[in-house]
Amino acid sequence: MYCKSDFRVLGRKKQFAGKDTIEKMVRSENLIFEYIRRDEEGNVESITKALDDVSITISKGDFVAILGHNGSGKSTLAKHMNALLVPTEGTLFVDGMDTKDEEKIWEIRQAAGMVFQNPDNQIIATVVEEDVGFGPENLGVPTKEIWERVEKSLRAVGMYEYRKHSPNKLSGGQKQRVAIAGIMAMKPQCIVLDEPTAMLDPNGRKEVVRTVRELNQKEGVTVLLITHYMEEVIYADKVIVMDDGKIVMQGTPREIFAQVEKLKSYRMDVPQVTELAYKLKQAGMPLPDGILSIEEFVEAVQACAK
Amino acid sequence: MIRDITIGQYYPSDSVLHRLDPRVKLSGTFLYIVCLFLVKNWWGYLAAAVCLAAVIKLSKVPFGYIVKGLKAVIILLLFTVMFNLFLTSGTPVFEWKFIRVTKEGIDLAAAMAVRLILLILGSSLMTFTTTPNQLTDGLESLLRPLNKLHVPVHEVAMMMSIALRFIPILLEETDKIMKAQQARGADFETGGLIQRAKAMVPLLVPLFISAFRRAGDLAMAMEARCYHGGKGRTKMKPLHYKKRDGVAWLVLAMFLAVVVVTRKL
Repeated sequence: MYCKSDFRVLGRKKQFAGKDTIEKMVRSENLIFEYIRRDEEGNVESITKALDDVSITISKGDFVAILGHNGSGKSTLAKHMNALLVPTEGTLFVDGMDTKDEEKIWEIRQAAGMVFQNPDNQIIATVVEEDVGFGPENLGVPTKEIWERVEKSLRAVGMYEYRKHSPNKLSGGQKQRVAIAGIMAMKPQCIVLDEPTAMLDPNGRKEVVRTVRELNQKEGVTVLLITHYMEEVIYADKVIVMDDGKIVMQGTPREIFAQVEKLKSYRMDVPQVTELAYKLKQAGMPLPDGILSIEEFVEAVQACAK
Repeated sequence: MIRDITIGQYYPSDSVLHRLDPRVKLSGTFLYIVCLFLVKNWWGYLAAAVCLAAVIKLSKVPFGYIVKGLKAVIILLLFTVMFNLFLTSGTPVFEWKFIRVTKEGIDLAAAMAVRLILLILGSSLMTFTTTPNQLTDGLESLLRPLNKLHVPVHEVAMMMSIALRFIPILLEETDKIMKAQQARGADFETGGLIQRAKAMVPLLVPLFISAFRRAGDLAMAMEARCYHGGKGRTKMKPLHYKKRDGVAWLVLAMFLAVVVVTRKL
C-alpha cells in the first residue's frame, strides 16, 4: 500500500506539473461543435452551437471539475475527449493525439476512459469481474494480464469482494464503482466522468466521489469530473464553469466560489456553507471569501468572535 | 408478478455443472433435446426425467426456482395439450356433441406435455448454470466454422448475451411503467383476456422508447471501452477442455445409449 511519504512525493510532482514543461493531458483550441437540425427534405432548420470557442488545457495528474446547468455543453465536451464526437471546428488533443485522426481513435479511447451517467446502461456483463474484463478484452490484452488488471482495478475501487456478484443486485453507487473499475482496467491516463452521480442517492454519490479522489491521489490518474453538484467540486484542483456552450469561469474552487453573485447569474448554486458565509459577510461579519468546508467556516467564525 | 419469470437467467452458485465447459453444456443440451424426440415410450421419459433430476441435484439450483421458469410457457403448454387431446383420431373414450377424446389422443397429449416440460426444464438448467458471457463464448467457438460462410458469429453471440443481460432490466422497467400508469388509473387486472391484452398496449410505446435509449447508451459505452467487433479480441476466460468435461461427455454418451435402448422395450 501507499505510505505517507508517497503522498508527499506525488504532491510535489503535482506542484512541478504546474510549469509549462510538463505534458498536457487534454488541450483544446477554439473548439466549436454544432448540432444541425434538418427538416424532412434535408434542409437545415436550425443550428445549435453546443460548444462555442472552447479552449482548455488539462495537465496530467490534475483533478478538474466542469460545472454547468443542463444544456450548458458540458456533456458534449466530455464526449469530445473520448472521440465519440468530433469537433465541427477547432482541434482537440488528447495525450498529444488529434481526435480527428480516425486511425488513433482506439488509442484515444484507451487513454481517456469514460464513465457515463446511467450505471445500468454501461455494464455489459452479468458478473462484475467479467464486466471489468470487457475493456482489456477489447484491447487484446493477454488472458493472464486481464486477470491481474481486473483484480487490481476492483481493489482500487473497493469492489473486490463483489467480483462474483451480478451487477443487478448492487446499489447504484456500487454499480458506478464497477463501471469505474471497468475503465481503470484499461489503464487510462485520464478518466472522464459524465455526471456519474446524477442518478445516485447521497450515499452513493459520496462513495463515487471518494473513489474518484482516491484514484486521482493514489494512482495519479487525471480526472475530469462533470457534475452539477457543487459539493463534489470543492476538492478539485481546478474548476471550469460552462454556460451556453462557452467557458465562463475558470480557477481554483476557492476563486470560483468567492464569486457568489456571478455563479448565481449562471443559474448555479454554491455549497451551503459558502452561501451562509457569504450572507453573513454581507450582513457585516468580517469573514474571508470562498469558504468551502464546515471546518473552515467554524474556524473563521471563531477567529471573528475573538 | 412480472419479475417472477426466471427463464434464461443465470443462478450464481458453485457446482460441477457451473464449472463445466459451456461448449459441453451447449452441445449436451442439444443432444438431450434430440434424445427427447427420439424417445418412443414411457421408459424413455422416465430415464430422461431421472437423469434430469440427478443433474438438477448436481447443479445446486433450487428446484422451485427452475419450475418458476415453466410459468412463462404455460399457455403454450396448454395449447399443445388441447390440440393433441381433441384433434387426434383413434378409438374414442369420451364423446359429447362435437368434442371427441380418443385413447391415442390422451396418450399423445400426456407424452407431449411431459416432453415439453422436460425440454424446458433441461434447457433452462443450462442458462441457470452458465453466465451469458460463457454462453456467448461457447456458442461462438462451436459456431466458428460458420465464419467461413460469412456468418457474423461473434456479433450474433454478443447480441444474444446482451439480450440476456437486459431481460431483468427491461422487466423492472415494465413494472415501473405499469405502476406509473396504475397510479394514474390504468387497469391491468380486471376484465377478460382480450381486455387485459388491450390494456398492455399503452405499455409498449414507453417500453420501446426506453429500450432504444438504453441501446443507444450501451452502444456508446461499449465504443468508449474500445469495442470494435471480434477482431483482435482476447478472452478473460478462454475455454479449455478439462477432465470433468471428458467425464461429462461420457455421461452424455451413456444417456444417449440408455434412450436408444428404451426404444426397443
